[in-house]
Amino acid sequence: MPRDTLTGSRIRERRTILGLKQADLARQAGISASYLNLIEHNRRRIGGKLLLDIAQVLGVEPSMLTEGAEAALIATLREAASASRSSTAELDRADEFAGRFPGWARLLAEARGRVEMLERSVETLSDRLAHDPHLAETLHEMLSTVTAIRSAASILAEPGEIDPDWQRRFHRNIYEDSARLAQSSRALVSYLDSEGRGATESVTPLEEMTAVFAAAGYHFPALEAGQPPEEVAAGLGRDLSDSARALLRRALRRQAADAAALPLPVLLEAVAQLGADPLALARRFDSDPARMMRRLAALPADAPCGPVGLAICDASGALTFGKPLPDFPIPRFGADCPLWPLFPALSRPMAVLARRLRFAGRQGSVVQAYAVAQPAALPEPNRDPILEAHMMIAPAAAPAGGEPAEEVGVTCRICARLGCPARREPSLLGDARQQEF
Amino acid sequence: MSKHVLLIEDEPNIIEAISFILSREGLKVETHSDGTTANARLRGARPDLVILDVMLPGKSGYDILRDLRAEAGLADLPVLMLTARGQTRDREMAERAGVSAFMTKPFSNSEMLDTVRALMDGALNGDA
Repeated sequence: MPRDTLTGSRIRERRTILGLKQADLARQAGISASYLNLIEHNRRRIGGKLLLDIAQVLGVEPSMLTEGAEAALIATLREAASASRSSTAELDRADEFAGRFPGWARLLAEARGRVEMLERSVETLSDRLAHDPHLAETLHEMLSTVTAIRSAASILAEPGEIDPDWQRRFHRNIYEDSARLAQSSRALVSYLDSEGRGATESVTPLEEMTAVFAAAGYHFPALEAGQPPEEVAAGLGRDLSDSARALLRRALRRQAADAAALPLPVLLEAVAQLGADPLALARRFDSDPARMMRRLAALPADAPCGPVGLAICDASGALTFGKPLPDFPIPRFGADCPLWPLFPALSRPMAVLARRLRFAGRQGSVVQAYAVAQPAALPEPNRDPILEAHMMIAPAAAPAGGEPAEEVGVTCRICARLGCPARREPSLLGDARQQEF
Repeated sequence: MSKHVLLIEDEPNIIEAISFILSREGLKVETHSDGTTANARLRGARPDLVILDVMLPGKSGYDILRDLRAEAGLADLPVLMLTARGQTRDREMAERAGVSAFMTKPFSNSEMLDTVRALMDGALNGDA
């Protein structure tokens, strides 16, 4: 039922909330109770002065009765229904539902928002649990050590004599294992402490380096102003490990070279005209597409093209840099979705792949991705080039010609895509079909 | 003749403790700590019971068990699986692979021993 034909339902809803009898409202509005009954059941249209009178009696703006629940609420209800594959909700009656039961509709919309928020938390935590080798290995080590200690201690605690040799061996084992346990416990606490300090805290050199970029918003004004990258790295990398400092120096050197080749003022001017289109911009500046992608991802947060994300991987497919977008997370440990164009780009060097991508199981959030693989170093005689692939991502504009978006995921364990030919492992998400290969 | 147990586990001190407990029961315990060569050893040794860790260097306990069940002569061999991962899906994976009993680390000696005895007597076929 269309929204504007539900005015009667809203009148009845509002009257009931106020505890007003149909006869009282009818009398105050100057109409018969039977006529009001027809209106309230949406069998008579209402408008003009009568609508104004009834709205006045009910103490609401007339638009509250004619427009009913906000469009956003209805949109959320539709989104909630369409997000569930098994839903039998009457999508075409979302307006009616929101109009007749606004409290329930708001509750459902809030629940939907909460589910979405929790799903994101689950994604983040699952990604950590599923792909955090340090955590998994430490816990396995601790459980194995505890098992050995428990077994040896039980043997020693049993009544009866034990051969002195065996006794010495078990004492020694318990001593060694308890030392191992203490060490791994300390390592785990230290690791979890560092995790607890914030999402940008990290343990691998790559993560440490990426955390510096994230804290800076991936934009370094000092580099744009021509300050030597070594100086910038020295200032930012004081608390990093040696390996992370080396990675940071290398990354900042590259960013400084990019900035020198494509100075910020002229780039911002071009971006204002052409948007975040790395190919159009590369043509404008006679630059290579990968450099342009890096440059776009290094623009300040208020750049006219909006946010730009970036993933870089080496020829083995291992991620070497990741700048996520709010709607396009990038796993910390590189077990990414093989359907990202980043990876097929490696098999088609120098070809720029352009794709519209959408995360399976999520509404909206379509991104435009461009990917290209280029040699990472200067050529050498009779040596195959060592490739590096870049993938730039930016929120997609509305599809002009109805171009469909390809369903991708973050990583298989938390991906909702059904029948995916690239699935590595079953999904943790509930649908049994996601377990299939 | 004493019964023969093949213990496939990579943690030396767990090997030592289990070996001691089972030897004391009169069982002959042979140990093996590498996943990649475990199946060859199984075919050669023909044990009465296998105690199998899940996380092994080279090849997982699940893979070893699946390979073992695929062999006609070893399809009915009792296998007790030990793992630090005790979640439902780990148990299900072990069951699908054909485990006879499944124990989560850390286990008690008596619990392990009871399970071994039950498997030897053919009285157990499922979870410990």
